[in-house]
Amino acid sequence: MSEKIISDQTLALPQEMPSKEVSRRKFFTYAGLSAATAMAVTSCTKEQREYFNPRPKEGVDLGSGDIGILNYAYALEQLEAAFYLKVVSSYYEGATEKEKKYLKGICAHEIAHREFFKNALGDKAIGALEVDFSSIDFKSRASVLGTAKAFEDLGVSAYNGAGELLQSGAYLLLAGKIVSVEARHAAAIRDLIQYGDFAGNDVINAMGLDVVRTPPQVLAIADKYIVTKINASNLPTS
Amino acid sequence: MNLHNVIDQIEKVDPEVYDRLNGRRAAMKSLANFSGKLALTTVPLALGSLFKKAYSQAPSSAILDVLNFALTLEYLEAEFYNKGLAASGLIPAGDDRMAFEVIAKHENAHVVFLIATIKALGGTPVSKPTFDFTAGNGSNAGPFAAVFTNYDLYLAVSQTFEDTGVRAYKGQAGNLISSNEVLRAALQIHSVEARHAAHVREIRSRKPSAFVVGMPLPWITLNNSNIASPAVQPSYNGEELTIQGGVQIVGINGFEITKEYASEAFDEPLTKEQVLAIVDPFIV
Repeated sequence: MSEKIISDQTLALPQEMPSKEVSRRKFFTYAGLSAATAMAVTSCTKEQREYFNPRPKEGVDLGSGDIGILNYAYALEQLEAAFYLKVVSSYYEGATEKEKKYLKGICAHEIAHREFFKNALGDKAIGALEVDFSSIDFKSRASVLGTAKAFEDLGVSAYNGAGELLQSGAYLLLAGKIVSVEARHAAAIRDLIQYGDFAGNDVINAMGLDVVRTPPQVLAIADKYIVTKINASNLPTS
Repeated sequence: MNLHNVIDQIEKVDPEVYDRLNGRRAAMKSLANFSGKLALTTVPLALGSLFKKAYSQAPSSAILDVLNFALTLEYLEAEFYNKGLAASGLIPAGDDRMAFEVIAKHENAHVVFLIATIKALGGTPVSKPTFDFTAGNGSNAGPFAAVFTNYDLYLAVSQTFEDTGVRAYKGQAGNLISSNEVLRAALQIHSVEARHAAHVREIRSRKPSAFVVGMPLPWITLNNSNIASPAVQPSYNGEELTIQGGVQIVGINGFEITKEYASEAFDEPLTKEQVLAIVDPFIV
Protein backbone atom coordinates (compact mmCIF):
# COMPACT_ATOMS: atom_id res chain seq x y z
CA MET A 1 0.00 0.00 0.00
CA SER A 2 2.79 2.38 0.91
CA GLU A 3 4.49 1.61 -2.36
CA LYS A 4 1.31 2.35 -4.21
CA ILE A 5 1.11 5.76 -2.59
CA ILE A 6 4.65 6.59 -3.70
CA SER A 7 3.90 5.28 -7.17
CA ASP A 8 0.79 7.41 -7.35
CA GLN A 9 2.78 10.42 -6.26
CA THR A 10 5.34 9.66 -8.92
CA LEU A 11 2.68 9.39 -11.57
CA ALA A 12 1.04 12.55 -10.35
CA LEU A 13 4.20 14.61 -10.56
CA PRO A 14 3.70 17.73 -12.61
CA GLN A 15 5.70 17.96 -15.81
CA GLU A 16 7.90 20.78 -14.60
CA MET A 17 9.11 18.77 -11.61
CA PRO A 18 12.92 18.54 -11.87
CA SER A 19 13.91 15.20 -13.28
CA LYS A 20 16.29 14.41 -10.46
CA GLU A 21 13.33 14.62 -8.08
CA VAL A 22 11.55 12.09 -10.26
CA SER A 23 14.60 9.91 -10.16
CA ARG A 24 14.70 9.98 -6.40
CA ARG A 25 11.07 9.05 -6.07
CA LYS A 26 11.48 6.35 -8.69
CA PHE A 27 14.49 5.08 -6.79
CA PHE A 28 12.38 4.69 -3.68
CA THR A 29 9.74 2.93 -5.69
CA TYR A 30 12.16 0.52 -7.29
CA ALA A 31 13.96 -0.02 -4.04
CA GLY A 32 10.68 -1.02 -2.45
CA LEU A 33 11.14 1.35 0.48
CA SER A 34 8.16 2.14 2.67
CA ALA A 35 6.75 5.63 2.78
CA ALA A 36 7.97 5.92 6.32
CA THR A 37 11.51 5.06 5.27
CA ALA A 38 11.21 7.50 2.45
CA MET A 39 10.15 10.18 4.84
CA ALA A 40 13.03 9.37 7.10
CA VAL A 41 15.47 9.53 4.21
CA THR A 42 14.15 12.80 2.88
CA SER A 43 14.72 14.33 6.23
CA CYS A 44 18.27 13.11 6.61
CA THR A 45 21.46 15.15 6.30
CA LYS A 46 22.69 16.73 3.08
CA GLU A 47 25.50 14.19 2.74
CA GLN A 48 23.07 11.33 3.04
CA ARG A 49 20.76 12.95 0.52
CA GLU A 50 23.67 13.29 -1.90
CA TYR A 51 24.26 9.58 -1.56
CA PHE A 52 20.69 8.74 -2.41
CA ASN A 53 20.38 11.40 -5.04
CA PRO A 54 23.65 11.45 -6.97
CA ARG A 55 24.27 14.09 -9.58
CA PRO A 56 23.36 13.09 -13.13
CA LYS A 57 25.79 10.42 -14.24
CA GLU A 58 28.51 11.85 -16.46
CA GLY A 59 29.61 8.55 -17.93
CA VAL A 60 33.18 7.27 -17.77
CA ASP A 61 36.14 9.56 -17.24
CA LEU A 62 39.12 8.38 -19.30
CA GLY A 63 41.45 10.09 -16.86
CA SER A 64 44.58 12.14 -17.46
CA GLY A 65 48.15 11.60 -18.63
CA ASP A 66 49.26 8.29 -20.12
CA ILE A 67 46.51 6.45 -18.24
CA GLY A 68 43.96 8.62 -19.98
CA ILE A 69 45.43 7.84 -23.40
CA LEU A 70 45.54 4.11 -22.63
CA ASN A 71 41.88 4.25 -21.54
CA TYR A 72 41.10 6.11 -24.77
CA ALA A 73 42.69 3.25 -26.72
CA TYR A 74 40.88 0.74 -24.51
CA ALA A 75 37.56 2.42 -25.35
CA LEU A 76 38.25 2.19 -29.09
CA GLU A 77 39.34 -1.43 -28.82
CA GLN A 78 36.15 -2.21 -26.88
CA LEU A 79 34.14 -0.71 -29.72
CA GLU A 80 36.00 -2.66 -32.40
CA ALA A 81 35.91 -5.95 -30.51
CA ALA A 82 32.18 -5.64 -29.82
CA PHE A 83 31.56 -4.97 -33.51
CA TYR A 84 33.55 -7.94 -34.78
CA LEU A 85 32.11 -10.27 -32.14
CA LYS A 86 28.69 -9.46 -33.55
CA VAL A 87 29.97 -9.89 -37.12
CA VAL A 88 31.42 -13.36 -36.49
CA SER A 89 28.44 -14.54 -34.40
CA SER A 90 26.40 -14.53 -37.62
CA TYR A 91 28.17 -13.66 -40.85
CA TYR A 92 26.49 -11.52 -43.49
CA GLU A 93 24.80 -13.22 -46.43
CA GLY A 94 27.24 -14.51 -49.02
CA ALA A 95 30.37 -14.27 -46.86
CA THR A 96 33.14 -16.31 -48.48
CA GLU A 97 35.40 -18.65 -46.50
CA LYS A 98 38.26 -16.20 -47.00
CA GLU A 99 36.18 -13.30 -45.71
CA LYS A 100 35.15 -15.33 -42.66
CA LYS A 101 38.78 -16.23 -42.00
CA TYR A 102 39.88 -12.59 -42.19
CA LEU A 103 37.01 -11.32 -40.03
CA LYS A 104 37.58 -14.06 -37.46
CA GLY A 105 41.26 -13.19 -37.31
CA ILE A 106 40.60 -9.46 -36.98
CA CYS A 107 38.05 -10.21 -34.24
CA ALA A 108 40.66 -12.21 -32.31
CA HIS A 109 43.20 -9.39 -32.70
CA GLU A 110 40.77 -6.77 -31.41
CA ILE A 111 39.85 -8.93 -28.43
CA ALA A 112 43.57 -9.37 -27.74
CA HIS A 113 44.03 -5.57 -27.86
CA ARG A 114 41.01 -4.95 -25.64
CA GLU A 115 42.00 -7.47 -23.01
CA PHE A 116 45.61 -6.30 -23.12
CA PHE A 117 44.58 -2.74 -22.25
CA LYS A 118 42.19 -4.00 -19.58
CA ASN A 119 44.94 -5.97 -17.87
CA ALA A 120 47.61 -3.33 -18.38
CA LEU A 121 45.39 -0.63 -16.88
CA GLY A 122 44.28 -2.80 -13.97
CA ASP A 123 42.21 -0.81 -11.49
CA LYS A 124 42.70 2.32 -13.61
CA ALA A 125 40.70 0.79 -16.48
CA ILE A 126 37.35 2.28 -17.41
CA GLY A 127 34.38 -0.09 -17.26
CA ALA A 128 32.70 -1.87 -20.14
CA LEU A 129 31.17 0.54 -22.62
CA GLU A 130 27.62 0.12 -23.86
CA VAL A 131 27.56 0.12 -27.66
CA ASP A 132 24.81 0.85 -30.17
CA PHE A 133 25.10 -0.88 -33.54
CA SER A 134 21.47 -0.28 -34.54
CA SER A 135 22.67 1.68 -37.60
CA ILE A 136 24.49 -1.39 -38.95
CA ASP A 137 22.79 -4.09 -41.00
CA PHE A 138 24.75 -7.17 -39.95
CA LYS A 139 23.10 -9.22 -42.74
CA SER A 140 24.54 -6.91 -45.37
CA ARG A 141 28.09 -7.33 -46.68
CA ALA A 142 28.23 -3.68 -47.72
CA SER A 143 27.09 -2.47 -44.30
CA VAL A 144 29.43 -4.73 -42.32
CA LEU A 145 32.54 -4.18 -44.44
CA GLY A 146 31.77 -0.47 -44.80
CA THR A 147 31.60 -0.14 -41.03
CA ALA A 148 34.74 -2.25 -40.58
CA LYS A 149 36.60 0.02 -43.00
CA ALA A 150 35.42 3.11 -41.12
CA PHE A 151 36.44 1.62 -37.74
CA GLU A 152 39.87 0.49 -38.94
CA ASP A 153 40.74 3.75 -40.68
CA LEU A 154 39.48 5.60 -37.58
CA GLY A 155 41.62 3.41 -35.34
CA VAL A 156 44.72 4.09 -37.42
CA SER A 157 44.13 7.84 -37.29
CA ALA A 158 43.46 7.65 -33.54
CA TYR A 159 46.72 5.85 -32.73
CA ASN A 160 48.62 8.12 -35.12
CA GLY A 161 47.30 11.09 -33.14
CA ALA A 162 47.72 9.52 -29.71
CA GLY A 163 51.43 8.76 -29.96
CA GLU A 164 52.53 12.33 -29.33
CA LEU A 165 50.23 12.57 -26.29
CA LEU A 166 52.09 9.78 -24.49
CA GLN A 167 54.96 10.53 -22.13
CA SER A 168 56.19 6.96 -21.73
CA GLY A 169 58.36 5.46 -24.46
CA ALA A 170 57.22 1.99 -23.42
CA TYR A 171 53.55 2.88 -23.97
CA LEU A 172 54.44 4.60 -27.24
CA LEU A 173 56.07 1.40 -28.47
CA LEU A 174 53.01 -0.64 -27.48
CA ALA A 175 50.74 1.78 -29.33
CA GLY A 176 53.07 1.46 -32.32
CA LYS A 177 52.84 -2.34 -32.18
CA ILE A 178 49.06 -2.10 -32.38
CA VAL A 179 48.60 0.69 -34.92
CA SER A 180 50.39 -1.12 -37.73
CA VAL A 181 48.12 -4.12 -37.18
CA GLU A 182 45.11 -1.81 -37.38
CA ALA A 183 46.56 -0.48 -40.64
CA ARG A 184 46.93 -4.04 -41.94
CA HIS A 185 43.27 -4.63 -41.02
CA ALA A 186 42.24 -1.42 -42.77
CA ALA A 187 44.10 -2.41 -45.94
CA ALA A 188 42.67 -5.96 -45.86
CA ILE A 189 39.08 -4.75 -45.41
CA ARG A 190 39.48 -2.09 -48.08
CA ASP A 191 40.86 -4.73 -50.45
CA LEU A 192 37.82 -6.92 -49.73
CA ILE A 193 35.49 -4.06 -50.62
CA GLN A 194 37.43 -2.88 -53.66
CA TYR A 195 40.60 -4.72 -54.55
CA GLY A 196 43.48 -2.24 -54.83
CA ASP A 197 41.98 0.35 -52.46
CA PHE A 198 44.32 -0.60 -49.57
CA ALA A 199 45.74 2.93 -49.32
CA GLY A 200 43.26 5.15 -51.13
CA ASN A 201 43.58 8.86 -51.67
CA ASP A 202 40.80 9.36 -49.10
CA VAL A 203 43.24 8.30 -46.36
CA ILE A 204 46.72 8.96 -47.76
CA ASN A 205 47.59 12.55 -48.67
CA ALA A 206 49.89 13.88 -51.40
CA MET A 207 52.90 13.63 -49.07
CA GLY A 208 52.22 9.94 -48.59
CA LEU A 209 51.01 10.42 -45.01
CA ASP A 210 48.12 8.55 -43.36
CA VAL A 211 45.28 10.25 -41.48
CA VAL A 212 45.88 11.58 -37.97
CA ARG A 213 43.10 12.62 -35.57
CA THR A 214 42.97 14.05 -32.06
CA PRO A 215 40.95 12.26 -29.36
CA PRO A 216 38.05 14.78 -29.57
CA GLN A 217 37.88 14.27 -33.35
CA VAL A 218 37.90 10.49 -32.98
CA LEU A 219 35.35 10.38 -30.18
CA ALA A 220 32.99 12.66 -32.10
CA ILE A 221 33.00 10.12 -34.94
CA ALA A 222 32.72 7.11 -32.62
CA ASP A 223 29.97 8.76 -30.57
CA LYS A 224 27.25 7.38 -32.85
CA TYR A 225 28.17 3.84 -31.78
CA ILE A 226 28.78 4.39 -28.08
CA VAL A 227 25.92 4.84 -25.63
CA THR A 228 28.08 5.38 -22.54
CA LYS A 229 29.02 9.02 -22.24
CA ILE A 230 32.80 9.38 -22.40
CA ASN A 231 34.50 12.25 -20.63
CA ALA A 232 37.77 12.94 -22.44
CA SER A 233 38.27 16.42 -21.02
CA ASN A 234 41.19 15.39 -18.83
CA LEU A 235 43.23 13.86 -21.64
CA PRO A 236 46.53 15.54 -22.49
CA THR A 237 46.46 17.80 -25.53
CA SER A 238 50.17 17.93 -26.30
CA MET B 1 49.31 26.32 -5.61
CA ASN B 2 51.20 29.29 -6.96
CA LEU B 3 52.75 28.29 -10.24
CA HIS B 4 55.10 31.28 -10.23
CA ASN B 5 56.53 30.04 -6.93
CA VAL B 6 56.98 26.58 -8.37
CA ILE B 7 58.93 27.98 -11.30
CA ASP B 8 60.98 30.15 -8.93
CA GLN B 9 61.88 27.08 -6.90
CA ILE B 10 62.94 25.20 -10.01
CA GLU B 11 65.03 28.17 -11.10
CA LYS B 12 66.99 27.98 -7.85
CA VAL B 13 67.86 24.36 -8.50
CA ASP B 14 68.32 24.64 -12.25
CA PRO B 15 69.24 28.10 -13.55
CA GLU B 16 68.96 26.80 -17.09
CA VAL B 17 65.34 25.78 -16.75
CA TYR B 18 64.19 28.59 -19.03
CA ASP B 19 66.54 27.50 -21.75
CA ARG B 20 65.14 24.04 -21.48
CA LEU B 21 61.58 25.33 -21.57
CA ASN B 22 62.19 28.14 -24.06
CA GLY B 23 61.81 30.87 -21.46
CA ARG B 24 59.79 31.62 -18.38
CA ARG B 25 56.79 32.82 -20.33
CA ALA B 26 56.73 29.58 -22.31
CA ALA B 27 57.12 27.59 -19.10
CA MET B 28 54.16 29.36 -17.53
CA LYS B 29 52.08 28.96 -20.67
CA SER B 30 53.00 25.31 -20.87
CA LEU B 31 52.05 24.79 -17.25
CA ALA B 32 48.80 26.67 -17.72
CA ASN B 33 47.98 24.46 -20.68
CA PHE B 34 48.77 21.36 -18.72
CA SER B 35 46.82 22.35 -15.66
CA GLY B 36 44.09 24.38 -17.30
CA LYS B 37 41.31 21.90 -16.83
CA LEU B 38 42.89 19.65 -14.26
CA ALA B 39 41.91 19.45 -10.65
CA LEU B 40 44.50 20.95 -8.31
CA THR B 41 45.48 17.51 -7.06
CA THR B 42 46.63 16.49 -10.53
CA VAL B 43 48.92 19.49 -10.99
CA PRO B 44 51.97 17.63 -9.65
CA LEU B 45 51.39 15.06 -12.39
CA ALA B 46 51.28 17.83 -14.94
CA LEU B 47 54.50 19.23 -13.53
CA GLY B 48 56.09 15.82 -13.92
CA SER B 49 55.07 15.74 -17.56
CA LEU B 50 56.44 19.23 -18.10
CA PHE B 51 59.76 18.32 -16.55
CA LYS B 52 59.98 15.21 -18.67
CA LYS B 53 59.55 17.32 -21.76
CA ALA B 54 62.21 19.74 -20.52
CA TYR B 55 64.83 17.34 -19.26
CA SER B 56 64.53 14.32 -21.50
CA GLN B 57 64.66 16.46 -24.62
CA ALA B 58 66.63 14.48 -27.16
CA PRO B 59 69.17 16.60 -28.98
CA SER B 60 67.89 17.46 -32.41
CA SER B 61 70.87 15.64 -33.92
CA ALA B 62 69.34 12.39 -32.64
CA ILE B 63 66.11 13.24 -34.43
CA LEU B 64 68.02 14.09 -37.60
CA ASP B 65 69.81 10.75 -37.37
CA VAL B 66 66.46 8.96 -37.27
CA LEU B 67 65.15 10.98 -40.21
CA ASN B 68 68.26 10.24 -42.28
CA PHE B 69 67.98 6.55 -41.40
CA ALA B 70 64.34 6.64 -42.54
CA LEU B 71 65.34 8.50 -45.69
CA THR B 72 67.84 5.76 -46.57
CA LEU B 73 65.09 3.14 -46.28
CA GLU B 74 62.70 5.23 -48.34
CA TYR B 75 65.37 5.69 -51.05
CA LEU B 76 65.69 1.90 -51.10
CA GLU B 77 61.95 1.32 -51.43
CA ALA B 78 61.34 4.12 -53.92
CA GLU B 79 64.09 2.95 -56.26
CA PHE B 80 62.98 -0.67 -55.93
CA TYR B 81 59.49 0.25 -57.14
CA ASN B 82 60.64 2.76 -59.75
CA LYS B 83 62.92 0.12 -61.26
CA GLY B 84 60.24 -2.56 -60.96
CA LEU B 85 57.71 -0.44 -62.82
CA ALA B 86 60.33 0.37 -65.47
CA ALA B 87 61.30 -3.28 -66.01
CA SER B 88 59.35 -4.39 -69.06
CA GLY B 89 57.22 -7.46 -68.57
CA LEU B 90 57.81 -7.67 -64.81
CA ILE B 91 54.64 -6.33 -63.19
CA PRO B 92 51.44 -7.55 -64.89
CA ALA B 93 49.12 -4.87 -66.21
CA GLY B 94 45.88 -4.32 -64.33
CA ASP B 95 45.44 -4.62 -60.57
CA ASP B 96 49.08 -5.46 -59.87
CA ARG B 97 50.52 -2.59 -61.85
CA MET B 98 48.03 -0.12 -60.38
CA ALA B 99 48.91 -1.29 -56.88
CA PHE B 100 52.64 -0.83 -57.40
CA GLU B 101 52.05 2.58 -58.96
CA VAL B 102 50.25 3.58 -55.76
CA ILE B 103 53.02 2.17 -53.56
CA ALA B 104 55.75 3.81 -55.68
CA LYS B 105 53.92 7.14 -55.49
CA HIS B 106 53.89 6.94 -51.69
CA GLU B 107 57.54 5.90 -51.35
CA ASN B 108 58.69 8.69 -53.66
CA ALA B 109 56.54 11.14 -51.68
CA HIS B 110 58.16 9.92 -48.45
CA VAL B 111 61.60 10.65 -49.90
CA VAL B 112 60.56 14.19 -50.81
CA PHE B 113 58.86 14.70 -47.43
CA LEU B 114 61.84 13.46 -45.41
CA ILE B 115 64.34 15.57 -47.35
CA ALA B 116 62.17 18.65 -46.77
CA THR B 117 61.76 17.85 -43.07
CA ILE B 118 65.48 17.29 -42.53
CA LYS B 119 66.27 20.59 -44.24
CA ALA B 120 63.59 22.40 -42.24
CA LEU B 121 65.21 21.15 -39.03
CA GLY B 122 68.58 22.49 -40.16
CA GLY B 123 70.03 19.11 -41.09
CA THR B 124 71.64 17.74 -44.22
CA PRO B 125 69.78 14.94 -45.99
CA VAL B 126 71.95 11.92 -46.80
CA SER B 127 72.37 11.31 -50.51
CA LYS B 128 70.87 8.30 -52.20
CA PRO B 129 73.10 5.23 -51.94
CA THR B 130 73.81 2.95 -54.87
CA PHE B 131 71.60 -0.12 -54.52
CA ASP B 132 72.04 -3.73 -55.53
CA PHE B 133 68.57 -5.29 -55.37
CA THR B 134 69.99 -8.75 -55.97
CA ALA B 135 71.29 -8.48 -52.38
CA GLY B 136 74.81 -8.95 -53.77
CA ASN B 137 76.49 -6.00 -52.08
CA GLY B 138 77.39 -4.49 -55.43
CA SER B 139 78.08 -7.68 -57.38
CA ASN B 140 74.59 -7.50 -58.89
CA ALA B 141 74.68 -11.28 -58.74
CA GLY B 142 73.31 -11.89 -55.27
CA PRO B 143 70.68 -14.46 -54.20
CA PHE B 144 67.91 -12.31 -55.74
CA ALA B 145 69.61 -12.00 -59.14
CA ALA B 146 66.28 -12.45 -60.96
CA VAL B 147 64.47 -9.82 -58.89
CA PHE B 148 63.59 -7.64 -61.90
CA THR B 149 62.76 -10.52 -64.23
CA ASN B 150 60.88 -12.91 -61.92
CA TYR B 151 57.68 -11.31 -60.61
CA ASP B 152 57.19 -13.91 -57.87
CA LEU B 153 60.64 -13.09 -56.50
CA TYR B 154 59.95 -9.37 -56.86
CA LEU B 155 56.80 -9.79 -54.76
CA ALA B 156 58.74 -11.67 -52.09
CA VAL B 157 61.38 -8.94 -51.86
CA SER B 158 58.68 -6.26 -51.84
CA GLN B 159 56.88 -7.94 -48.93
CA THR B 160 60.15 -8.16 -47.04
CA PHE B 161 60.96 -4.48 -47.62
CA GLU B 162 57.49 -3.38 -46.48
CA ASP B 163 57.35 -5.59 -43.39
CA THR B 164 60.89 -4.49 -42.51
CA GLY B 165 59.98 -0.84 -43.05
CA VAL B 166 57.09 -1.14 -40.60
CA ARG B 167 59.41 -2.64 -38.01
CA ALA B 168 62.09 -0.02 -38.65
CA TYR B 169 59.78 2.98 -38.09
CA LYS B 170 58.30 1.29 -35.02
CA GLY B 171 61.74 0.85 -33.56
CA GLN B 172 62.52 4.57 -33.93
CA ALA B 173 59.30 6.01 -32.47
CA GLY B 174 60.80 6.23 -29.00
CA ASN B 175 63.71 8.30 -30.31
CA LEU B 176 61.23 10.89 -31.60
CA ILE B 177 59.16 11.24 -28.43
CA SER B 178 60.57 14.70 -27.71
CA SER B 179 59.23 16.13 -30.97
CA ASN B 180 55.47 15.90 -31.42
CA GLU B 181 55.60 17.00 -35.04
CA VAL B 182 58.29 14.57 -36.19
CA LEU B 183 56.81 11.67 -34.21
CA ARG B 184 53.39 12.35 -35.71
CA ALA B 185 54.78 12.36 -39.27
CA ALA B 186 56.78 9.19 -38.64
CA LEU B 187 53.66 7.42 -37.38
CA GLN B 188 51.77 8.64 -40.44
CA ILE B 189 54.40 7.03 -42.67
CA HIS B 190 54.57 3.90 -40.49
CA SER B 191 50.88 3.06 -41.00
CA VAL B 192 51.16 3.63 -44.75
CA GLU B 193 54.00 1.10 -44.89
CA ALA B 194 51.77 -1.35 -43.00
CA ARG B 195 48.99 -0.86 -45.56
CA HIS B 196 51.51 -1.55 -48.34
CA ALA B 197 52.73 -4.66 -46.56
CA ALA B 198 49.18 -5.96 -46.14
CA HIS B 199 48.45 -5.49 -49.83
CA VAL B 200 51.64 -7.09 -51.12
CA ARG B 201 50.88 -10.05 -48.84
CA GLU B 202 47.36 -10.11 -50.30
CA ILE B 203 48.76 -10.18 -53.85
CA ARG B 204 51.02 -13.09 -52.84
CA SER B 205 48.13 -14.98 -51.22
CA ARG B 206 46.32 -14.85 -54.57
CA LYS B 207 49.34 -15.95 -56.60
CA PRO B 208 50.82 -19.27 -55.50
CA SER B 209 54.39 -19.79 -56.69
CA ALA B 210 57.61 -21.51 -55.76
CA PHE B 211 58.44 -18.48 -53.61
CA VAL B 212 55.23 -18.61 -51.58
CA VAL B 213 55.18 -20.80 -48.49
CA GLY B 214 51.78 -21.51 -46.99
CA MET B 215 49.07 -18.88 -47.31
CA PRO B 216 50.24 -15.32 -46.57
CA LEU B 217 47.75 -13.25 -44.59
CA PRO B 218 47.71 -9.43 -44.48
CA TRP B 219 49.33 -9.68 -41.05
CA ILE B 220 52.38 -11.61 -39.77
CA THR B 221 51.79 -14.97 -38.08
CA LEU B 222 54.48 -16.02 -35.58
CA ASN B 223 57.83 -15.50 -37.36
CA ASN B 224 56.60 -16.94 -40.65
CA SER B 225 57.86 -15.05 -43.68
CA ASN B 226 55.76 -17.13 -46.11
CA ILE B 227 58.79 -16.77 -48.37
CA ALA B 228 60.91 -19.67 -49.61
CA SER B 229 64.23 -18.08 -48.76
CA PRO B 230 66.14 -18.19 -45.48
CA ALA B 231 67.76 -14.88 -46.49
CA VAL B 232 64.65 -12.92 -45.45
CA GLN B 233 64.22 -14.60 -42.05
CA PRO B 234 65.93 -11.81 -40.04
CA SER B 235 63.04 -9.54 -41.10
CA TYR B 236 60.60 -11.86 -39.33
CA ASN B 237 62.50 -13.09 -36.30
CA GLY B 238 60.99 -11.74 -33.10
CA GLU B 239 57.49 -11.30 -34.57
CA GLU B 240 56.42 -14.44 -32.69
CA LEU B 241 56.33 -12.53 -29.39
CA THR B 242 53.14 -13.12 -27.39
CA ILE B 243 53.96 -11.29 -24.15
CA GLN B 244 53.28 -7.55 -24.34
CA GLY B 245 54.21 -5.18 -21.54
CA GLY B 246 54.43 -8.16 -19.22
CA VAL B 247 50.95 -9.36 -20.22
CA GLN B 248 50.61 -12.85 -21.77
CA ILE B 249 48.23 -12.47 -24.71
CA VAL B 250 47.71 -16.20 -25.40
CA GLY B 251 44.41 -17.18 -23.77
CA ILE B 252 44.18 -13.78 -22.11
CA ASN B 253 41.35 -13.54 -19.56
CA GLY B 254 39.95 -16.87 -20.78
CA PHE B 255 39.46 -15.78 -24.41
CA GLU B 256 40.44 -18.17 -27.21
CA ILE B 257 43.47 -16.24 -28.34
CA THR B 258 45.95 -18.72 -29.83
CA LYS B 259 49.66 -17.99 -30.06
CA GLU B 260 49.12 -17.35 -33.76
CA TYR B 261 46.46 -14.72 -33.11
CA ALA B 262 48.47 -13.25 -30.23
CA SER B 263 51.53 -12.79 -32.44
CA GLU B 264 49.47 -11.35 -35.31
CA ALA B 265 47.81 -8.79 -33.05
CA PHE B 266 51.08 -7.01 -32.29
CA ASP B 267 53.81 -6.08 -34.77
CA GLU B 268 57.32 -5.96 -33.35
CA PRO B 269 60.06 -3.35 -33.74
CA LEU B 270 63.57 -3.77 -35.07
CA THR B 271 66.54 -1.74 -33.89
CA LYS B 272 68.44 0.48 -36.30
CA GLU B 273 71.35 -1.98 -36.15
CA GLN B 274 69.09 -4.93 -37.01
CA VAL B 275 67.58 -3.04 -39.94
CA LEU B 276 70.96 -1.92 -41.27
CA ALA B 277 72.18 -5.52 -41.15
CA ILE B 278 69.10 -6.59 -43.12
CA VAL B 279 69.49 -3.96 -45.83
CA ASP B 280 73.28 -4.10 -45.95
CA PRO B 281 73.44 -6.61 -48.87
CA PHE B 282 71.23 -4.21 -50.87
CA ILE B 283 73.43 -1.17 -50.31
CA VAL B 284 76.70 -0.84 -52.22
